[in-house]
Amino acid sequence: MTTKQTPYRVLIGKPGLDGHDRGAKFIARALRDEGFEVIYTGIRRTAAEIAATAIQEDVDVVGLSSLSGAHLRLFPQVVQELKDRGGADIPVLGGGVIPDEDIELLLKEGLNAIFTSGTPADTIIQSFTTASQQHRDHDAQK
Amino acid sequence: MTPKSKALLAGLTDQDPRSIGRAISAVENNTAEAADILSKLDQNLISNVLVLGITGPPGAGKSTLTSSLIRTLRQQKKRVGIIAVDPSSPISGGAILGDRIRMMDHALDSDVVLRSMATRGRLGGLCASAGAAVRILAASGCEVILIETVGVGQSEMDIVRLADITLMVLAPGFGDDIQAMKAGLLEVADFLVVNKSDIAGAEALCMDMEQIFFAKEEKSEIKRVLQTIATENSGISELLASINRFSHYIATTGIKEKRRDKAQTAETLDWIIEMLRPGLIQALEKDTGKSDPRVRAQKLIDTLKLK
Repeated sequence: MTTKQTPYRVLIGKPGLDGHDRGAKFIARALRDEGFEVIYTGIRRTAAEIAATAIQEDVDVVGLSSLSGAHLRLFPQVVQELKDRGGADIPVLGGGVIPDEDIELLLKEGLNAIFTSGTPADTIIQSFTTASQQHRDHDAQK
Repeated sequence: MTPKSKALLAGLTDQDPRSIGRAISAVENNTAEAADILSKLDQNLISNVLVLGITGPPGAGKSTLTSSLIRTLRQQKKRVGIIAVDPSSPISGGAILGDRIRMMDHALDSDVVLRSMATRGRLGGLCASAGAAVRILAASGCEVILIETVGVGQSEMDIVRLADITLMVLAPGFGDDIQAMKAGLLEVADFLVVNKSDIAGAEALCMDMEQIFFAKEEKSEIKRVLQTIATENSGISELLASINRFSHYIATTGIKEKRRDKAQTAETLDWIIEMLRPGLIQALEKDTGKSDPRVRAQKLIDTLKLK
């Protein structure tokens, strides 16, 4: 085997009734181009489906996208579903059309980071990299 | 054996989703636990599992067919494992693993264990760890394992080796691509599934394929060319019935055992080459010879005493 670091595995999902997947696909492609293995679960998934998939696929990070306004309910639901399935250690990052005043609330609910339409792609990728590496380090200590 | 390996092995026996995922990652990433886990898997479960390979050109409907097969197998109360392989980018090494999108109906079924894997540089239509992943899924109680390859052309034959039974999925309208494949995968596939059979040209494709599969059919007396419309779940029970008959046929004639033995040897050879690779690269970097590559390779092998 090569000594190169093995690729980070991340899940990109869209919870809830929201068919606008341009942002999610953009991030998925940007992550692929940075060497991530991206499991894309498509649109209109429940929080439980996303969490169960994240566990099965043994991902380092879950990334959620929402443009429908339901992020305050759906993002924390995914965090909770992960916890219920023994995946409390998997960081959840969120992005989309999210008002500034909601960001603090989501971070309090256990989201690792929140991005809005103005966040540069580099910043988002950096957050995914940091969160993935932290998850790997945490895993190695166990 | 580390405590971590022990915990993962216990988790596999308990069919714990997290442990299954982690065990496959351990093997895929070649961690310290990999050998521990693989050497202690339940061999009985592994030898009894049925491994179905699903291959075909991009867009023929492999993922949708896989999803329909899962649905029907679940109706028969079988625990199903799936390995879905997609290509890694040759430039970044990253990948979009999107086969799941068509299989999300089964996301909350704990007896459907799906793992998406990237090829990570391998060119045969699978990834290097696919065989190990199959064995881990089998050891976690999966009775049937479906392996979906990347979209293939003519020469991605890895699947034929790893699977007990290989299904080649085609759809009408691929034209000359299929003509070209006649000399490759088509020869070695066990079943030919004409998917999207409601599209014009399906009958002609079937007739064409029946000619190729005629000799195989005669031997086992099992229909080898079947039509499906995977999006409507049509033709799936018939396909599974034929697969079951064929599975019985290869088990009773000793063909399955022979295929497994061959696969074992081939995978071992793959791993030998894979494990030698870093050392060889090192030796090559130190070597200052400037002769013809083939001559230089021979010299290096002689110096390393690998023969």
